[in-house]
Amino acid sequence: EKTNTNFFDKLSKAVAGKSKVDDDVLDNLEEVLVASDVGVDTTLKVITRIEDRVARDKYVGTDELNKILREEIAGLLSETNLGNETEFTIPEIPKDKNGKKMPYVLMVVGVNGVGKTTTIGKLASQFKKQGLKVVLGAADTFRAAAIDQLQVWADRTDVPIVRQEMGSDPASVAFDTLKSAVNQDADVVIIDTAGRLHNKVNLMNELTKIKRVMQKVVDNSPHDVLLVLDGSTGQNAFEQAKQFTLATEVTSLAVTKLDGTAKGGVVIGISDQFKIPVKYIGIGEGIDDLQVFNKIEFVDSFFK
Amino acid sequence: MFNNLSDKLDKALHTLKGHGKITEVNVAETLKEVRRALLDADVNFKIAKDFTKRVQTKALGQDVLTTLNPGQLMVKLVKDELTELMGGETVGINLGGSPTVILMSGLQGSGKTTFSGKLANYLKTKKTKQVLLVGCDVYRPAAINQLQVVGEQIGVEVYAEVGNNNPVEISKNAIAHAKANGKNVVIIDTAGRLAVDEEMMTEISNIHKAIEPQETLFVVDSMTGQDAVNTAKAFNDILNFDGVILTKLDGDTRGGAALSIKSVVDKPIKFIGTGEKMDAIDIFHPDRMADRILGMGDVISLVERA
Ligand SMILES: Nc1nc2c(ncn2[C@@H]2O[C@H](COP(=O)(O)OP(=O)(O)OP(=O)(O)O)[C@@H](O)[C@H]2O)c(=O)[nH]1
Ligand SMILES: Nc1nc2c(ncn2[C@@H]2O[C@H](COP(=O)(O)OP(=O)(O)OP(=O)(O)O)[C@@H](O)[C@H]2O)c(=O)[nH]1
Ligand SMILES: [Mg+2]
Ligand SMILES: [Mg+2]
Repeated sequence: EKTNTNFFDKLSKAVAGKSKVDDDVLDNLEEVLVASDVGVDTTLKVITRIEDRVARDKYVGTDELNKILREEIAGLLSETNLGNETEFTIPEIPKDKNGKKMPYVLMVVGVNGVGKTTTIGKLASQFKKQGLKVVLGAADTFRAAAIDQLQVWADRTDVPIVRQEMGSDPASVAFDTLKSAVNQDADVVIIDTAGRLHNKVNLMNELTKIKRVMQKVVDNSPHDVLLVLDGSTGQNAFEQAKQFTLATEVTSLAVTKLDGTAKGGVVIGISDQFKIPVKYIGIGEGIDDLQVFNKIEFVDSFFK
Repeated sequence: MFNNLSDKLDKALHTLKGHGKITEVNVAETLKEVRRALLDADVNFKIAKDFTKRVQTKALGQDVLTTLNPGQLMVKLVKDELTELMGGETVGINLGGSPTVILMSGLQGSGKTTFSGKLANYLKTKKTKQVLLVGCDVYRPAAINQLQVVGEQIGVEVYAEVGNNNPVEISKNAIAHAKANGKNVVIIDTAGRLAVDEEMMTEISNIHKAIEPQETLFVVDSMTGQDAVNTAKAFNDILNFDGVILTKLDGDTRGGAALSIKSVVDKPIKFIGTGEKMDAIDIFHPDRMADRILGMGDVISLVERA
């Protein structure tokens, strides 16, 4: 916290009334950002933006400067992150060709151990609180007791789950889940998938197949492909975003484990480069430890 | 994003070429690129800075031998320094004590349960040990089931106490059970925890004190970024662990966290995890890790071209 005040003090002193930010300050800023996993490329981008801004609006005061800094960093987060969503809602009610209401299908993907299953449990709870009828699909048929783990979350949230034996075809589980959801007239379906490293071609192809099979039941599904990133992951998250996007057209991000000391800054560059909004953050293992993403708060956490 | 270091060094080495001695001027650009490569590989900010400073000191004033051009010499210096930092000799696991007690620790999702299974399988098949796996994660949904499935896969008994939420008791009872049943290795799987979670850190400290393990292992995801140093330090402060396990190296991460952790706690990295299956375990090789962090294979071929 000491370094925090120091940082802003220094920054203000060095910049106020000048048209150029001096190197010391930029080094400091670089350190804060790199240490938050923002990455060198994105950090340089932020620094250029700040320099341009200061050159343009000389004589900025302290408060204003802090604001600029936050804005410029937040500005890199995808424009689709309006930052004013506070509720867990689904953006649309899908309809089939005949205008019949269909479930909104959410598929959750990511590398091993990032928090997919836990995030699904938390989301199910939130959607249910909104009065939505939720069905879970246990399409991680590979990892030891993955199905039991999702079952515990289904029981906790009192939400139906569709499951098969361990080792069965995940696409078949997803298919069954959607069928069941349509029959139950459910509002939301959340499909859990096995963790997989993005450099494993067969496993990535499996995701593409799950998607294809789901479209046989609900047109245009999944409506949302949520990529879960562990907040403590470093620059490798870029490759994750890239490869999962190639395989499944990721439409939103969740960053987990932000209750720790890791800052999760890598999502800034990812959001900027791939134009994928960050929707949720995980801040604990409990059922209520999920929040709708707020970009200003997120950026502020780097300086705490 | 993951440009090979060679791309970056290409230009830098060019400026070095043709000089007989390494000077401050011609070393600066190269070191900037090295630092950049380390940061892209997730080496901690401060550690990357110190590292390049040390290399600079070593490099300055060195005469360039006729067989090496200055670029080659710099690459060699960087690689040697990195390999040395990564730990020199490979360190095995301490199998003393009867039974040998091994305690797993680490953040959530780092790969503790999977690695517990792999290590049990390794000790059973490679060292003909009688292993007992112990489920002390009383929090995560289906954590015990997961360990049981793993145990079944490798044919190793799993000790768990349904309804008991006290990991200290469970681990003590498990060791007694092991003694009574002719097991000579006990591997204790624990819940994932954050270093800032005081209650949970106290819990693992209590387990550690109660069972006095021969080996306390810190399991870390090789994709971890800048936070690796904080976490490793915090766990080491509480547990004074004996070794580090790096998991998920079958991915394409450069794994700079390994260097950060090594620098901060100076404990050997003992094993690596290279897949989800029970045989995806390997001994750690410092030189290979050094190569990986810097993408050295690429750099060496670049230097050969030069
Ligand atoms: N502290 C903290 N822990 C979390 C958070 N989200 C998930 N976890 C924990 O991280 C671990 C892994 O979570 P899972 O939900 O099993 O992760 P996953 O991505 O489904 O894992 P795989 O299916 O094995 O790939 C568990 O111990 C969770 O309790 C979070 O926001 N904060
Ligand atoms: N690809 C790959 N996956 C791994 C490796 N080690 C573990 N995993 C996977 O990572 C995920 C998390 O592993 P776990 O063993 O459950 O991790 P944990 O540390 O016990 O997790 P918690 O108990 O929730 O803290 C699972 O999907 C594992 O299959 C590895 O070396 N490579
Ligand atoms: Mg899961
Ligand atoms: Mg576990």
